[in-house]
Amino acid sequence: MRILVIEDDLDAAAYVVKGLRESGHLVDHAPDGEAGLNNALGGSYDVLVVDRMLPHMDGLTVIETLREQGDVTPILILSALAEVDDRVKGLKAGGDDYLTKPFAFSELLARIEALVRRQNPGQVQTRLNVDDLEVDLLARTVTRDGKTIDLQPREFLLLEYLMKHAGQVVTRTMLLENVWEYHFDPQTNVIDVHISRLRAKIDKNFDRPLLHTIRGAGYSLRAVS
Amino acid sequence: MLFLNLIRSTTFRVAMVYLGVFSGSAFLVLIWIYWSTAGFMARQTDETLNAEITGLAEQYRQRQINGLLPIVANRSERRDGSIYIVMTPTGRRLAGNLSSWPATSEVEPGALFDFKYDAVTPEGTQTHNARGRFFVLEGGFLLLVGRDVQERLETQNRIISSLYWGLGLTIVIGLIGAIVISRNMVARIDAFNRTSRDIMGGDLSRRVPLSGTGDEMDQLGQNLNAMLDKIERLMVGMREVTDNIAHDLRSPLNRIRSRVEVTLMKENEGDAYREALQETVREADELLSTFNALLAIARAEAGAARETMKEISISSVVRDTAELYEPVAEEKGQTFEVDIDELPPIWGNREMVAQAVANLIDNAIKYSPEGGAISVSLKPGLKGALEGRDSIRLTVKDTGPGIPAADRDRVRNRFVRLELSRSKPGSGLGLSLVSAVAQLHDARLTFSDNEPENQVPGLRVTMIFPAYDSKTA
Repeated sequence: MRILVIEDDLDAAAYVVKGLRESGHLVDHAPDGEAGLNNALGGSYDVLVVDRMLPHMDGLTVIETLREQGDVTPILILSALAEVDDRVKGLKAGGDDYLTKPFAFSELLARIEALVRRQNPGQVQTRLNVDDLEVDLLARTVTRDGKTIDLQPREFLLLEYLMKHAGQVVTRTMLLENVWEYHFDPQTNVIDVHISRLRAKIDKNFDRPLLHTIRGAGYSLRAVS
Repeated sequence: MLFLNLIRSTTFRVAMVYLGVFSGSAFLVLIWIYWSTAGFMARQTDETLNAEITGLAEQYRQRQINGLLPIVANRSERRDGSIYIVMTPTGRRLAGNLSSWPATSEVEPGALFDFKYDAVTPEGTQTHNARGRFFVLEGGFLLLVGRDVQERLETQNRIISSLYWGLGLTIVIGLIGAIVISRNMVARIDAFNRTSRDIMGGDLSRRVPLSGTGDEMDQLGQNLNAMLDKIERLMVGMREVTDNIAHDLRSPLNRIRSRVEVTLMKENEGDAYREALQETVREADELLSTFNALLAIARAEAGAARETMKEISISSVVRDTAELYEPVAEEKGQTFEVDIDELPPIWGNREMVAQAVANLIDNAIKYSPEGGAISVSLKPGLKGALEGRDSIRLTVKDTGPGIPAADRDRVRNRFVRLELSRSKPGSGLGLSLVSAVAQLHDARLTFSDNEPENQVPGLRVTMIFPAYDSKTA
């Protein structure tokens, strides 16, 4: 996919651009707000990565301007400001996700891919399928291979999020933010324990595992062919 | 120099203004005293004169000059301070106790005038002041009626001089008082100034001297001293933190550096490189999470987070967090008991309270042995637990080693790790964050033994939050 990175810190930008290119994406870089806005308006990008503090025009203004023009390209905000308040401001301006610096590259990549996927949801889905695992969002039921699986409410939310991002890498932070709505670092890897519980319920008695651990990045729910 | 300081001092100026106002009112009072004493005497003299004149005029009207003379002669004998003289138109004295017509400048008949005469006293003849009136009777006779006012004038002079003295003394004593009071104040304020200069010079241990009287200056001094104590504690704390940061961050940075250096010595060994880089990323992540924890503590302590506070349901925050950690405890074979009442909200920052609760539960799980018991409860606080406010009590209990009573204050500081916990992973920042969050939320944080009476080992942490009251907020 085509990605525009608007970031004034050239070293940081070089790493991001290099990492994204190596992951198979087409990447452009703009070093300030004005250039970034021009590029974004000119090219057709699948996703924009915008630093919050930029010379000439700050990141939030760039985003607001784009949104005023009717541009709906998904935007990921990068920022050194970590307060929940700053996050809310960024999302209000029109950002779709907010990542605090410093971040792991795997985290950035996972979030970018999640954003692009979210962009094409088709119609509202009430039923999610991965291989023979099925989640009914209305009835709140989970079945695999026709057998009903009982999940706790939080386990259901966790599975729902994984199913919505099936095939993608989902990081622990993404899970903590989206399933528990916490933005702090819980030290112990609590997420791993929840995942292994969920895994015991959906994978244990079946031949093909669906919930995979991606080393150094997070988890991915997908059917391995 | 001191004198200049004195005059410039506020106390002196205030004292001077007060002295002015006081002297002004004293002056008015003295005028009043003068008017009602000396003035009264003068008016009395004039009234006596008028009464006498009215009497004599009556006599004269009835019996003419021949009737008047014996009366004047008779009255002149009395020597009661009255003065009379009757003269023919030609200037011959007919009667009276005045030897001759007083030497006066031109005086209108009928008007009051002052004059001097030779009075016969037991001590001999003296010149006395007198006051009187004269009339031209029918036939050209002249009548003068007067009164000796010597004594009255002397009394009046004494009154005036004592009034002057009184006013003078008032001003002098007031001035001395102003100087003494303001010197006293200036001296005390100078002491304050000297102390603050010393402190600005770097000696943070200096304190403002107190007089021990408990007056306003003493209270100001006490407040300043309390403030200085707090600043000193903060400074010491900051120095410790800086030392600790330097120490605790130097070791991992050093490890990273030497690993990279050693790896670089080897010639292009792909696997070793990869392994070293992975290890480096892991350690960098640890460093970052330490920094994040420090930042979170700093934010909670700075109090700027107060602006982000709102009404939050403590019950659901604690329930969600407990639920997040429950599987971790079960994984360790620990029993995890949760007893949460549905309670009124508190005024707070959800994220921070959740992180504090998470840290407490995380510690409980980490330090309790396998098969241990952890309990999280949220109950209404006891009446009076928080000075007359309704409160909510969060208790987290574990069956770990606990915290020795002597260390219970110390563990709130950053980077403090007890010997017991050295073997466990951790940054020594968890409880500092809890402590900072407690302070931010006006909550009381206490560490105690789990259940010493039942021989249950472990730590019991209680956090007593004030319940949010929309009426007081």
